[in-house]
Amino acid sequence: MDFLFNLVNGLSLGSIYAIIALGYTMVYGIAKMLNFAHGDVIMVGAYISFCAFQYWGLPPLPSVLAAMIFCTVLGVFIERLAYRPLRSATSLAVLITAIGMSYLLQNVALLIFKSDPKNYPGQIIDLPGLSLFGGQLKISGVTLLTIIANIVIMILLTLFINRTKLGKAMRCVSEDRGAAELMGISVNRTISVTFAIGSALAAIAGVLLCSAYPIFDPYTGSMPGIKAFTAAVFGGIGSIPGAMVGGLLLGVIEILGRAYISTQLADAIVFAVLIIVLLVKPSGLLGKQVREKV
Amino acid sequence: MSENTTRDQNLPLLKVNDLHVYYGAIHAVKGISLEVHEGEIVTLIGANGAGKSTTLNTIAGLLKPRQGSIVLGGVPVDGTGASKMVYKGLSLCPEGRRVFQHMTVRENLEMGAYSRPKEEIEASLADVFSRFPRLKEREKQIGGTLSGGEQQMLAMARALMSKPKLMMLDEPSMGLAPILVDQIFGIIQELHESGVTILLVEQNAQMALSVADRAYVLETGRISMSGNAADLLQNDDVQKAYLGN
Ligand SMILES: Nc1ncnc2c1ncn2[C@@H]1O[C@H](COP(=O)(O)OP(=O)(O)O)[C@@H](O)[C@H]1O
Ligand SMILES: [Mg+2]
Repeated sequence: MDFLFNLVNGLSLGSIYAIIALGYTMVYGIAKMLNFAHGDVIMVGAYISFCAFQYWGLPPLPSVLAAMIFCTVLGVFIERLAYRPLRSATSLAVLITAIGMSYLLQNVALLIFKSDPKNYPGQIIDLPGLSLFGGQLKISGVTLLTIIANIVIMILLTLFINRTKLGKAMRCVSEDRGAAELMGISVNRTISVTFAIGSALAAIAGVLLCSAYPIFDPYTGSMPGIKAFTAAVFGGIGSIPGAMVGGLLLGVIEILGRAYISTQLADAIVFAVLIIVLLVKPSGLLGKQVREKV
Repeated sequence: MSENTTRDQNLPLLKVNDLHVYYGAIHAVKGISLEVHEGEIVTLIGANGAGKSTTLNTIAGLLKPRQGSIVLGGVPVDGTGASKMVYKGLSLCPEGRRVFQHMTVRENLEMGAYSRPKEEIEASLADVFSRFPRLKEREKQIGGTLSGGEQQMLAMARALMSKPKLMMLDEPSMGLAPILVDQIFGIIQELHESGVTILLVEQNAQMALSVADRAYVLETGRISMSGNAADLLQNDDVQKAYLGN
């Protein structure tokens, strides 16, 4: 029963990683850049929903929506201001800018909210838990909602990418920017939409993360951000199912590692598994083998 | 006589004037001027590296000229980004085909019609499938799994899906077996007969000159000769340089 409990918690944490990893993987697939500020958008989402609920008196759901809207605008704004001018710059310049943007978000949050940790209100996600096997296995409402949210997001996103005109345009831009433009697809607009979706998802991840682990501060996004980035690479960066598989595996390995091997070594185990996977399959679990253009 | 004057007053569909294009410090296109009239096939021939693709890509808006003007249907279009050019009636079937490798044949064609209202797409698909029955058979197949000839047909069909006023083809015969080259040129001729205006870039000068109405010969970024395609086919210099006679 202990094992089942840990597994469910692993899947829940993994679901959060997966939702964050989607943002990394979509931006990487479509804009061909690593948006290292993505993790900090999670933190912004947490603060906005916190303020909306605590200070502005909004009910739980509108508080989450406020966070999503704010993060969507923030994500589009960041791309527009910081990344778009570097569209034809070297990838190193873009990477450094993204790291700078990450620090900027953290420092602005420090300035506004100070460094002392806040306690995330449990009422934002206040759902009954589940009691199985005659009360031997208790699963909290947040845990359940996180797992379900991840599944729903994956299904919706896959449908969006495969069925809608905008989603197909994103696949075109991801594959061949020039050819996409020749079809009449605006690359800039497509990249903006990608940042919008990724940032809205980051806000959701922020709410779920802080509901499960309620102490948060301006640095809260950074570690889950790195882990989710790892998950994206693990699953095959650029691949949406890869983000799902990578995220879930990472979460499960982390929680099981913590429970059965060592609390201190859990993160080390996660990264060791990543290294082994990349040695065996450099493009990640579900990554596409990049064909060299002749 | 009167017929001639009306023709002179007819604006060309495409008019490029004194086009200069650079890659950084490399001056790739050095003052090209050309015209394409409605209903014509015009070909741009020249050796590898002459600047043919650069010219087409600039007209399509993928590259920005440093100098010169591009007028399509009487409207200046320079500075219009590539993604807006297709809305103005221009489509480019690029060098190397650039079919979307992870999308099905049908999805590729639908993307070709991205600029058009949804309700018109079925009719265009039917039209394209009747021209390229091979693509109909392969409708659900992934682009990357098609043979080179099929990918070329798909790229051409995709460019047609936008119902362009002017279709530009960049080396459609590149890398294809002779029998496929014949087939591709057959299709170009059929397109011409059904009224599509074509600007064709080719290294295969023989074939290009035999389907085209007029031709321009490009040499290191400049037009060295131009005229009637049939005349150029007989021209000694052209024969020596491009036809291997
Ligand atoms: N992306 C590029 N960067 C730098 N130089 C280029 C690039 N593309 C083409 N060139 C140069 O521009 C010239 C014209 O190239 P291109 O238009 O591709 O010729 P063509 O299509 O006639 O073979 C060549 O000298 C080529 O080396
Ligand atoms: Mg070329």
